[in-house]
Amino acid sequence: MSKSNPTDRLYSKDHEWVKDNGDGTAVVGITDYAQEMLTDIVFVELPPVGKKLAQGEPMAVVESVKSVSDVYAPVTGEIIAVNKTLEETPELINQDAFGEGWIAKLNLENVAELKSLLNAADYDALIKEEKH
Amino acid sequence: MELIFEISKPGRSTADVSASDVPIVNIDDVIGRQYLRNDLDLPEVAEIDLVRHYTNLSRRNFGVDLGFYPLGSCTMKYNPKINENVAALPGFTGLHPNASDEFAQGNLQLLYEMQKYLCGIFGMAEFTLQPAAGAHGELAGVMMIKKYFESKGQIRPTILIPDTAHGTNPASGALCGFDTITLRSNPEGGVDIEHLNSLMTEDVAGLMLTNPNTLGLFERNIEQVAQIVHSKGGLLYGDGANANAFLGKTRPGDLDFDVIQLNLHKTFATPHGGGGPGSGPVGVSEALVNYLPVPRIVKNESTYSWSANFPDTIGRVRAFYGNFNVIVKAYTYICSLGAEGLTRATEMAVLNANYIKEKLKPYYDLPYDRVCMHESVFSGNRQVAQSGVHTSDIAKRLIDFGYHPPTIYFPLIVPEAFMIEPTETESKETLDAFCDAMIAIAQEAKENPQRVKDAPLSTPVSRLDEVLAARKPDVCWKR
Repeated sequence: MSKSNPTDRLYSKDHEWVKDNGDGTAVVGITDYAQEMLTDIVFVELPPVGKKLAQGEPMAVVESVKSVSDVYAPVTGEIIAVNKTLEETPELINQDAFGEGWIAKLNLENVAELKSLLNAADYDALIKEEKH
Repeated sequence: MELIFEISKPGRSTADVSASDVPIVNIDDVIGRQYLRNDLDLPEVAEIDLVRHYTNLSRRNFGVDLGFYPLGSCTMKYNPKINENVAALPGFTGLHPNASDEFAQGNLQLLYEMQKYLCGIFGMAEFTLQPAAGAHGELAGVMMIKKYFESKGQIRPTILIPDTAHGTNPASGALCGFDTITLRSNPEGGVDIEHLNSLMTEDVAGLMLTNPNTLGLFERNIEQVAQIVHSKGGLLYGDGANANAFLGKTRPGDLDFDVIQLNLHKTFATPHGGGGPGSGPVGVSEALVNYLPVPRIVKNESTYSWSANFPDTIGRVRAFYGNFNVIVKAYTYICSLGAEGLTRATEMAVLNANYIKEKLKPYYDLPYDRVCMHESVFSGNRQVAQSGVHTSDIAKRLIDFGYHPPTIYFPLIVPEAFMIEPTETESKETLDAFCDAMIAIAQEAKENPQRVKDAPLSTPVSRLDEVLAARKPDVCWKR
């Protein structure tokens, strides 16, 4: 069973989470539900620091035993840090998708975009629907 | 089993080479030190050990000559041995690829006739046999589509791909610089016509459609699909991967396809997988004939020659003209079956797939329950919910029963998918035995799920740790 979705962050329909740090930056990862669907992750392709992405553009690639999937930037911004430990230990996403398994940190370009994302309760409802 | 490197002993060899009576050349001088490796570390073994090693390896291999191989979407049909006999004739194998036209008349004639046969079978205006395999044919086909719009002065940046498509379709589109947009399937597994209507604009070069699609279902609205694409000036591309379902029954040209790429190694029974190279002919409608790759074979009265004199061509896509030997085998297949035989093979392929579908339906979920074509797609969802047995476990358990597992986890729109394509040559007894094995595994998944999860239990190599293998690959042998 997936872990419950923390209420301190927002979610995209493509199963990414965004945590607004309140200082103009945000941390992005994929949800626990996403990692559960992907099964064992074996490789993560991280974006280069400094890359500018528009909301919805492919940001990273996660490869599992089963499939290769794009991770989309849930908000527009510039990558300011990436989780390098995922290169050696991609399983961190499986173990702790909402914490140690974060993917990238970016500068928020347009805070208003956060309004287009889902809160934890809405995201709970979305995945409940997907399971049926 | 030991690796050939592990049985190596310094100084052992399969033959003694007598002393050379030509002057010795210093290899450093003729090749250059910088290009030479110090140590190749090749295995050194005696002939008997060499023979035993590879014979033992080959005995652990599995092929369609050993057993049932229902690998959906791959059309692993039996490869009749007459194809091999004909392709081995010295007139085919002995000709130098650079021989001039007048020395290659027989072979040119065969290629020319093959193109005409394919035009007849698929209803297209012209064919090229140049591409080396299916995905290469796709690329050549999409290049022609691109060139077609360029020469009309139209800029069309996108191409539509259904969510059931083979992964090579979006890849071919992207390689040609198109943005690919995913077209949804409707609940019956066909093209969502409303979605197609909303996506199809004059920015769209065309739609790449596999028909029947990878759910093994024939597109019921194909005429409407073609009409919508053409009404906006787009082109309809056909992926012929599933052509085994319609030979002799319908022709893509008659359904208004503008391009179709084939896989001779699937539909026309030439060996593939580990067994040989592919061959990916591409057929086009009148509108695209000028863009075909060069050289093309031209018939003049009673002789044949190469010509590159087609100014609108996309150019050459391969150094030589296709995988010739594969084309000879496919030509032989067409000649030995004839029009009636090809049609009958289609009927049997579809009948066999439906027989398996109906027999397994009570035991496994069938997400799209309608008459299928040459393959059917089940889901392991029921087994996952019942006892946590996944499709991959079922596939591995099948190996214990002596079968090559079907295609699994494809198409992507079916969770826990397994896709069974029996092909036309299998007897009722073989199909029954396979179904019995699948039914026994369904039973086992309920009663003794751990046994299925531990499979395969009878193979020389037990279940691999796929996650570890992918995360920490260890593929180079070190002494």
